[in-house]
Amino acid sequence: MTQPAQPALEKKPVNIAKRRQYVAAYALSMPFMVVFALMIAVPLFYAGYLSFFKKQLIGGVSFVGMDNYARALTDPSFLGGVGRMALFLVIQVPVMLGLSLLFALILDSGMLRLQRFIRLGVFLPYAIPSVIATLMWGYLYGKDFGPFAQLAKSLGLPAPDFLAGGNVLFSIMNIVTWGFVGYNMIVMYAALRSIPAELYEAARVDGAREWRLAWSIKIPAIRGALLLTTIFSVIGSFQLFNEPNLLRVIAPAAIGQDYTPNMYAFQLSFVNQDSNYAAAIAFLLGIVIMAVSYGVQLTANRKEKAS
Amino acid sequence: MTATDTAQVVTRNSAASPPRRKRSGKSTLLTVVMLLCLVYFLLPIFWLVVASTKANDDLFTSFGLWFSNMNLAENLHNVFTFQNGVFGHWMLNSLIYAIASGFGASALATAAGYAFAKYRFPGGNAMFTIVLGAVMIPMTALAIPTYLLFAGANLTNTVWAVILPSLVSPFGVYLMRVYAADAVPDSLIEAARVDGAGEMRIFFQIVLRLLVPGSITVLLFTLVASWNNYFLPLIMLNSPDLFPLPVGLAQWQAASAAGSGSQALFSTVITGSLVSVLPLMAAFLFLQRYWQSGLGSGAVKA
Repeated sequence: MTQPAQPALEKKPVNIAKRRQYVAAYALSMPFMVVFALMIAVPLFYAGYLSFFKKQLIGGVSFVGMDNYARALTDPSFLGGVGRMALFLVIQVPVMLGLSLLFALILDSGMLRLQRFIRLGVFLPYAIPSVIATLMWGYLYGKDFGPFAQLAKSLGLPAPDFLAGGNVLFSIMNIVTWGFVGYNMIVMYAALRSIPAELYEAARVDGAREWRLAWSIKIPAIRGALLLTTIFSVIGSFQLFNEPNLLRVIAPAAIGQDYTPNMYAFQLSFVNQDSNYAAAIAFLLGIVIMAVSYGVQLTANRKEKAS
Repeated sequence: MTATDTAQVVTRNSAASPPRRKRSGKSTLLTVVMLLCLVYFLLPIFWLVVASTKANDDLFTSFGLWFSNMNLAENLHNVFTFQNGVFGHWMLNSLIYAIASGFGASALATAAGYAFAKYRFPGGNAMFTIVLGAVMIPMTALAIPTYLLFAGANLTNTVWAVILPSLVSPFGVYLMRVYAADAVPDSLIEAARVDGAGEMRIFFQIVLRLLVPGSITVLLFTLVASWNNYFLPLIMLNSPDLFPLPVGLAQWQAASAAGSGSQALFSTVITGSLVSVLPLMAAFLFLQRYWQSGLGSGAVKA
């Protein structure tokens, strides 16, 4: 490589090395990409294809263009579900992430005793499958023998009905918050731990207190982690299925089969056998999720530029 | 490269802890406040333990948050014998699904993440961008057409219907790319090339060791995701013999809430829930070191 005298001869080994690297890169990435194509890309395109058709009782399957999408945009079941999830998102995600951030900052401040125990305790609900978490909370919410109802009764108060129509969305928010505060806390805590110590020195010299450090240095420094947890929470909110679907068993009056868009799509394809319309619903939901996630990213970037 | 060198690189990268900074004093008040918050997180788990020890009648008559007559042994007996011991099948199924998809997904993600991090090759960036975008695809958009495709291939109601879709972890690839970019020094790969090692040999004999902490993080993620998975097996499987724990327990719960003639199953469902929660809790307790440093690594370096 040091002799430029014979470029033709020099070029060859470089090309061979490069080609070897290409071959290796494809060999290492292809197993994933093949499974990815089969399990994500193919079903996605198939769903897109399905969404343009309609199965009629008479006449079989016919191409209907955007009809399914047009139908969804005026379908109270779909719009109601999306609205409910938007409400869920606007309330639950800030509460959950706010708590996670608060706990992460407290842990990072080093002012806690029993630090490890507390960290583990807050995280532990994440280890519980959402189906089982919902079963548990379903019993805890119970009007007849749930501990909250028992406590209220022993105090002579009316038992709170966590599963009544107006309350059930908040009860679901509580289950999700309970399960995921610890997980988000750990992500933020790990980010806080990797802030270089030098960043604090100047502030400390200036006499900044812990809360001032948190607000002016720590929170801006972990913007990446905050953005990641926010986007995952947005995606998770709109895809809500397990919790309402299981609570439906004990609160059928409060939770309809179209309570969330995901439940609606499930009902359409497995109860009503209308996979074409279900595919359109799923696609629209995907578009809503991407739009909101993109909006979150844009807002975050704008703030970054402004600061 | 000697073993010690490798170990040093691994610890340096996996611990990711900056030099300790000065700490303010401990606060008892803050500790007490946090312990009170902890009640919220631990009380439901405590309730689950208490309720598992009660017979059906006691569930309704005794105070929910304290012990009554000890009936745990009988409950456990019921859990494992009800419907000819199908619960044992469910546990085994969950274990098989979790291990197959966990190890499969993290192996695929490790290789692909490393390739995206360390090789510049035609289509590499485009593929990675597409993979990243896939994180946002809602599961129904995929699950329903996947079900129809699998039905066409006669794969529904088989173990493959649950395992194959779980092998893809776009977030795992993202995490491994971020991790590999940091954990594998370019100079090391160059040195190995100069020594005449082939690309595959470099990956399997040198790089893989450096990637282990990241791979374990992805493994944990995928194990949990698969252990908790409800939607996919729910739509893919009909035979109770193939159910994983969440689907089976949800079905028992539905049967007992509906009170459809069969005996009241409440204590069986609750005790079954406790049994199915224990393995994951044990895994988290034993693997604390990994998840605490690992769960955040994607976010830290993003």
